[in-house]
Formats: sequence, C-alpha cells, structure tokens
Amino acid sequence: MSVEVRVPTILRSHTGGQKLVSGSGNTLAELFDDLDRNHTGLKARVVTEEGGLHRFVNVYVNDEDVRFIGGLEAKLSDGDSVTILPAVAGGM
Amino acid sequence: MCNLVVVLRIAHELVEAIVAHARRDHPDEACGLIAGPEGTGEPERHIPMTNAARSTTFYEFDAEEWKRVYDEMWGNDEEVVVAYHSHTATEAYPSRTDAGIASELGLPQAHYVLVATRDPEVAEVRSFRIADGEVTEEPIEAVGAPDAVQTYKFAHSPDSTVYDCH
Repeated sequence: MSVEVRVPTILRSHTGGQKLVSGSGNTLAELFDDLDRNHTGLKARVVTEEGGLHRFVNVYVNDEDVRFIGGLEAKLSDGDSVTILPAVAGGM
Repeated sequence: MCNLVVVLRIAHELVEAIVAHARRDHPDEACGLIAGPEGTGEPERHIPMTNAARSTTFYEFDAEEWKRVYDEMWGNDEEVVVAYHSHTATEAYPSRTDAGIASELGLPQAHYVLVATRDPEVAEVRSFRIADGEVTEEPIEAVGAPDAVQTYKFAHSPDSTVYDCH
C-alpha cells in the first residue's frame, strides 16, 4: 500500500530536494508518521504538537482539501496522491 | 563594475496586469501569481487568484483553486516566480503577518511583490524576498516599453539596493 506525496519547495530540505516521495498509511496521520521516518522533520512542519494541521498549510488527498474529509483522520487508499501546499496568505 | 545581486526582471505588461487586477479588486486585497519555467526564475504566465478571505486587510488563496493551479504548473514544469498581493490602505511593504506566514511555510523561491492601491491614480509596486522572518527588498527591472500613461511606479528605496561593486 503506497501513496505518492507532492512536496512543496519549502519542505524539500526534508526530502533531499525531492519533489515527489512515497509513503504509506491507512490515514493521513499514519502517512505523516511514516514519512517522518525517512524525511525527518517533515511531519512537524505540517502537523502541530497538539496533533492538528498547521493553520497555513493545505493538504489534499487527490483533489480533496482534507479539512473537508476528516483532517488527519482522512482515509487513504493505495495509489492515492497527497499534495502539501503552503496556504499563501497574509494580512495586517 | 557593478552587478546587481538581486533584481526582479519582469515584462512591463505583467506589471500592468498585476496592477489592473489590484485595481479591480480594490478595496479588497487582490492576490495572484506569475509562473515561469522551473529553474529559470523568469516570470511568464499571469495567474490572478481569488482572495478567499474577500477582505480589505487579509488575503488567502482559495484552497481548491490553488490546487488546480498547482496541478497545472506541475504538469507544465512551472514554478511560482512571483507571488503578489495588494495593500489597499497602507504601503507596499510586507506586514508582520505577511512575513511570518511566508517564513513559516511560504514560497522560498518567489519574489513577493506588493502593490499599494491607496492612491487612485498611481499604484506603488515593490518586490521582496522573504525567508526566516527576514524581509529583503530588491529592485524591479521592467522589460519592454511602458505605455504613454504610467499607471504605476516602482517605489524601491535606493539605500536598500544591494550592489556588488569593484
């Protein structure tokens, strides 16, 4: 069971410069635990210490924003594509 | 001999397009991207984005639209060269929030371009690099002939220009 993960430029320091990595897990939370084993520090950039998603990171399973499909509990299937993106935001 | 260490080289038409977008969305903040071929740092394709916050003081890419745009860029081997947004009542300088969010999880390869639309006649356009909480201004070099009537000016402060002079 394997999913591909698209890594944004700012997090490629954790993946040795790779933009596409693979990982496994039945849920997004499990996937980030798995990714962190090979790509140390990646998880902490996406997942808070309290176990939620950081406010200014977007994570998608295929085309779905995971905020609408259970957040870190979102279910993954073999062959899914996960995309991590900076939220691109700002304000006063 | 002097070499400009950092500069945003961008077609005049793209600056016009950014300013026009900022004017259209005023008084809300406008935001968008200029994409270019990966690794070249050359801004080529203007992609106006929806400000999901629809606010006069905040902007945030619409998550669904951003994913569609990113997929397209991924397929074209493009990257974000310029990420721009407007300030509609304040100067064209990144706010503390702008710098904080961009440093924590932003677009490290991008030129962050700010457009101020508080003057109804002439918009101010400035460009910055943002990394590790540090904001560094850089000059903008517009390529191509400007229109007879200039709708924007570059408000780069010369003392922050970085020259490598021998």
